[in-house]
Amino acid sequence: MSHFRDFRAIAAPIEGVNVDTDQIIPARFLKFDRASGYGRFLFHDLRFEMEGRERPEFILNRDPFRAARILVADENFGCGSSREGAVYALGDYGIRVVIAPRFGDIFYNNCLRNGVLPALISVVDAAALRKILHAASDPSLTVDLPSQTIRYGDGEPIAFSLDAFWRDCLLEGVDEIGLALRQMPQIEAFEQALAARRPWTASACQRRLTGEPGLGTVE
Amino acid sequence: MHAEQAAADSPRTLFDKVWQQHEILRWPQGPSLLYVDRDFVHEGAFHAFGDLKRRGLQVRCPERVVGFADHYVPTKARDIAGAATPAIAKVLQQFSDNARWSGIRAFDIGDERQGIVHVAAPELGLTQPGMVITCNDSHTSTHGALGAIAFGIGQSETTQVLATQTVWLKRPSLMRINVTGSRASGVSAKDVMLAILAQVGSAGAVGHAIEYAGSVVAAMSIEERLTLCNMSIELGGRCGMVAPDDTTFAYLFGRPFAPDGQYWDAAVAYWRTLGSDPDAVFDKEIQIDGSAIAPMVTWGTSPDAALPIDARVPDPERLSGAERATAHAALEYMGLQPNTPLTDIAIDRVFIGSCTNSRIEDLRAAAAVAAGRKAVVPAIVVPGSESVRRAAEAEGLDQVFLAAGFEWRHAGCSMCVAMNGDVVAPGERCASTSNRNFMGRQGPNARTHLMSPAMAAAAAVTGRLSDVRRLPTRKRA
Ligand code: SF4
Repeated sequence: MSHFRDFRAIAAPIEGVNVDTDQIIPARFLKFDRASGYGRFLFHDLRFEMEGRERPEFILNRDPFRAARILVADENFGCGSSREGAVYALGDYGIRVVIAPRFGDIFYNNCLRNGVLPALISVVDAAALRKILHAASDPSLTVDLPSQTIRYGDGEPIAFSLDAFWRDCLLEGVDEIGLALRQMPQIEAFEQALAARRPWTASACQRRLTGEPGLGTVE
Repeated sequence: MHAEQAAADSPRTLFDKVWQQHEILRWPQGPSLLYVDRDFVHEGAFHAFGDLKRRGLQVRCPERVVGFADHYVPTKARDIAGAATPAIAKVLQQFSDNARWSGIRAFDIGDERQGIVHVAAPELGLTQPGMVITCNDSHTSTHGALGAIAFGIGQSETTQVLATQTVWLKRPSLMRINVTGSRASGVSAKDVMLAILAQVGSAGAVGHAIEYAGSVVAAMSIEERLTLCNMSIELGGRCGMVAPDDTTFAYLFGRPFAPDGQYWDAAVAYWRTLGSDPDAVFDKEIQIDGSAIAPMVTWGTSPDAALPIDARVPDPERLSGAERATAHAALEYMGLQPNTPLTDIAIDRVFIGSCTNSRIEDLRAAAAVAAGRKAVVPAIVVPGSESVRRAAEAEGLDQVFLAAGFEWRHAGCSMCVAMNGDVVAPGERCASTSNRNFMGRQGPNARTHLMSPAMAAAAAVTGRLSDVRRLPTRKRA
């Protein structure tokens, strides 16, 4: 995944704290299949008027930010709903990296699962970067995942934090579902121990849910 | 002494006790692999089911996955044909098809126990203390009210849970919120939560598992605790929990999917051990004076923008930096002037419902205010489940609402998220018992004020944000 090594691209500053996932993608678009592309829904109601015209004041409607592949946001970006559609929209629009001082927990995990890098930096650094980007003639940043740094031009690199596990997953394109599937012997052993410890939660006890005969079939 | 023994002897929190029972392994410098006792899915999980099929996988433990149709269901009809649009009907159909394909139990539209997952699952006894519960929905935090670790997950994570019954999760930090004193009359669990939000903030609990404690919480019913834990995600929390106690056990006893005779006593004996030990340590402790809480409403576009009803709209000029800019933007979106008394704000519409406030106690509180009065704006009441609807009808609450000019609907998420066609029109102002006042949440350019069911009913009969404690007396019939 080349876009995590010395990845240089236009970065758009997104102002405001608590930019929630309802703003990133309004709920009414979540019913569509991913295959039809989610990029057009990104920040939909901030990007477009009700009648579909672009709102010229919105950052992604201005050049060169229209071509942004990186976002620099503020506190608690992606808070709110668990909708992974928010990350589908970012990814399909072309956003590869989101930089912020804090992310909504579920959104953060959703980014990691979709090859979008959520880079955590300080409030001060994030504010400074956004200020630079607003004023710059070439608002590009370079993000390097192996060294976990962000650079503007020849400036000092800013370190961002990410657990080593997730850094390696992103760099090596590890599929976390596959990784979990490979733990199956341990999962099965755990399940059996659990059934002994708390029999009322054992699978056998839950079969009544699916109509199969099992323990406690009373309903 | 072995390290393990020492760990078992040192004081532990409720969260630790449940977590340790579910941690299969911990990756070095990474997340733990957690066992999931129960996964709930709603219609939005069609992305995850699609992913599962593309990968050639199946649902590993159908008996541990339960479906609820709630987000897209019509509230005026009880079949897919009644869906608002063909695209919505397709989502509902996919939900039924996926349930059948995977062999999971689904409480689908038309089922007499269908409802919002966070209302219907606890009332069916599916939510139990000591469990790890996931759902493709951020308000899964609700289920922690019974002493479970319950948290929302995305679609990719849902795929993993369906395929393996596990989820990767980094152990969160721990926060305890102590609400001390006792609640004044007219102050609901929703008011307590909005007061917590005003103090802690929308990002205050990011990365934390929250335990709610203190005399106010201990005295709450399970339905009130569900309201409280529901909005943990509005604090940014990973999950919210209340230690299981006799109130919890009495609530669960005899529910359809609660442990039955054979196991009940063993289950309760185990659940009793789960509460945080007296000396357990939390990363953060918050104190809230519960006696000082008044009925609350929100004025802005974030749930922490909450104030007591007798306050005024804040003046952004008296704030600084990012807060000022955020408040300016919020007031512009909300169409409000600084310093306006909150009780001067006229509303266009009322929504009583959502996984925060659509249970029987909520409907009783709203009906007590509506009784003998008349709504002066359109108002809808959407019970959280069909069981709640039947219980309300058995008590005659539907007749109270209808006589007061409120609409009486079937169960679903409805106007909380406006995905099923129940929408607040652009520019309209809605008094809502839901949990999010985000821009566009109830429809494009819709304006939302969050409040309790009693306060929403008061707004309906006055046409303005109103203090439920100071309503004009009813006209005699
Ligand atoms: S009622 Fe609202 S918040 Fe609750 S699950 Fe439904 S859409 Fe989500």
